[in-house]
Amino acid sequence: MSDSSKPKPVVNESGIEVQAVYGPADVERTGGYSLIGQPGEYPFTRGIHPLMYRKQPWTMRQYTGFGNAADTNRRFRYLIDNGQTGLNVAFDLPTQCGLDSDDSAAEGEVGRVGMAVDTLHDFEVAFAGIDLDKITVSLTINGAAPQLIAMYLAMAEGRGYDIKKLRGTAQNDILKEFIGRGTWIYPVKPSIRLVGDTIEYCAHHAPKYSPVSVCGYHIRESGADPAQEMAYAFCIARAYADEVIRRGLSIDEFAGRLSFNFNIFGNIFEQVAKFRAGRGLWASIMRDEYHATKPGSMWMRMIAGGGGSGLTLEQPEVNIVRGAYYALISALSGAQTMALCCYDEAYTIPSEYAQRISLRTMQLLVEEMGLTETVDPLAGSWYVETLTNQMRDRIGAIIAETDANGGIVQQIASGEIQARISAQAYRMVRAKESGEFRKIGVNCYRQEGEQYAEVELHPYREADAQAQLTNLNAVRARRDAPRVSRTLAALKTAAVRGENVMPAMLDAVKAYATVGEITRELAQAFGRYQEPVRF
Amino acid sequence: MNQKRPIRIVLGKPGLDGHDHGAKVVARALMDAGFEVIYTGLRQTPTSIAKIARDNDADVVALSSMAGSHLEFCRKLKPMLEQSGLGNRLWIIGGNLPRTDHANLRALGFKGVFPSSSRLADIVAFIEANVP
Repeated sequence: MSDSSKPKPVVNESGIEVQAVYGPADVERTGGYSLIGQPGEYPFTRGIHPLMYRKQPWTMRQYTGFGNAADTNRRFRYLIDNGQTGLNVAFDLPTQCGLDSDDSAAEGEVGRVGMAVDTLHDFEVAFAGIDLDKITVSLTINGAAPQLIAMYLAMAEGRGYDIKKLRGTAQNDILKEFIGRGTWIYPVKPSIRLVGDTIEYCAHHAPKYSPVSVCGYHIRESGADPAQEMAYAFCIARAYADEVIRRGLSIDEFAGRLSFNFNIFGNIFEQVAKFRAGRGLWASIMRDEYHATKPGSMWMRMIAGGGGSGLTLEQPEVNIVRGAYYALISALSGAQTMALCCYDEAYTIPSEYAQRISLRTMQLLVEEMGLTETVDPLAGSWYVETLTNQMRDRIGAIIAETDANGGIVQQIASGEIQARISAQAYRMVRAKESGEFRKIGVNCYRQEGEQYAEVELHPYREADAQAQLTNLNAVRARRDAPRVSRTLAALKTAAVRGENVMPAMLDAVKAYATVGEITRELAQAFGRYQEPVRF
Repeated sequence: MNQKRPIRIVLGKPGLDGHDHGAKVVARALMDAGFEVIYTGLRQTPTSIAKIARDNDADVVALSSMAGSHLEFCRKLKPMLEQSGLGNRLWIIGGNLPRTDHANLRALGFKGVFPSSSRLADIVAFIEANVP
């Protein structure tokens, strides 16, 4: 017989029971304050810099791109004119999958969900008139990351920037693409090798460039809980670090340029604790497991943005309010960079209007709400410190469990992680349908038969895709064909011999070899990924 | 005695779209409902989906599309399904499908149209009521 007077425990998404009231004893019981420290000091739980936003507010970097490079350049300028401080480029699916715009598999997809890129020429157009010293650029590209990193470096060099000083980021986290998002190209092993090539190349030639942004974000979108999100991201980051160390680099030669991309939706305090715990844990992994000595190698630098999974199709205007809370969480969590999914993003590529609302949401925190005035303002809360301790233990336990079960690479290759996360996603959808997990407009505060307003849809313009094909043909016609063949052959040789492909990649993109041509050469050396389908 | 096999569904991910969260959730719901589900995995072409559906003698051909190219894809898939002798089977589609496209999808033969946030029970009930 169940005791109906006994209240049901409150448990957060990461599986930690939440008490009605917290006090000093709870912090002590869960590990005390020893891992909290001071901002800018190991273990960096309170932030990676001593002054954080007092010195510089977070970078605002909305995800943007559609049509061709000229279309995207116009939107970039609009955002910069509205006070955006960084760019985050969305690429279309053919580009992400390593296909040219005239590939038969690209039909109907050119420029649809992001900017189409075939050659260096597209990068020259996309970033024209943008000061790359003032506005740092993040490339949301994974499978085709080596090509696009090379194009970015070549474009910047062509404009006279010193590559040794050039800042910027590529997502380039292929392991999470096998878990969620799905823009893989080659099998798991050569994919990791390519990430290693980019990190190694940048460590030597573009030391300020961040060649990888390891993403818990998409793992969370695929159904992981917040603790798993962070644990799997750390496991993946370690896999890349191992790959680079295997080549003889020391951890301090590259770890300072590793960065992370995390997701925000759900319980405010659980999110803040996740990030604080993550910073402390990553610092200890780098120091104690990898023997890093430079503080920068131990920093969990991150973009932490409002996640699409938190937003709803129903009552889309409520997403504006959700976005404001997500931005608040990001600021309370010490993010280096912030981005918000827009209120209309469940429907479409965001409108200028929606993008401006997201940008203003972040600017409000800086200009009106006092979020930049003091560092780590939730520190010392018995609840937040207890939860930070508990989240650290929880994330650590998931990492240990993953290691004990063969490691992240093997578990991704076998489809085990994907199956686990999709089972969780299914349970969550069921919980939303039953009303057990409350979602406003979805299972509560919703009128029967409610017809929610559809937002203005971003038009897919066939003419933009056509212009892209015309551009591609023009570039193909005027480039030095023998140089293209020669550089592509050299690239394949480097790939087959196991040499770092990036020097040959740079030569090929400078010869205006296409994304698709390069992918074909590499696929001949590496093969193509076959997706394991497991339930 | 009715020895009919369970309803067999080929659930495909058309085109280059890698968002498979929804497809996998729906696949599990359909399996829980007692259907046999063959999930194709990502990056399917109209040709590959028609072939998998024909080879498996699918009762239902289901697509999950999140990245906007659903109309183009369905226009190409329709004649291929018909040529594969699957013109009389139930075709359904779910995902990010703007309301303005629903009538076009139905006109192409996709009798069930389930935009994001459709209820799993409604999809199951629709299949049970409409499967040939």
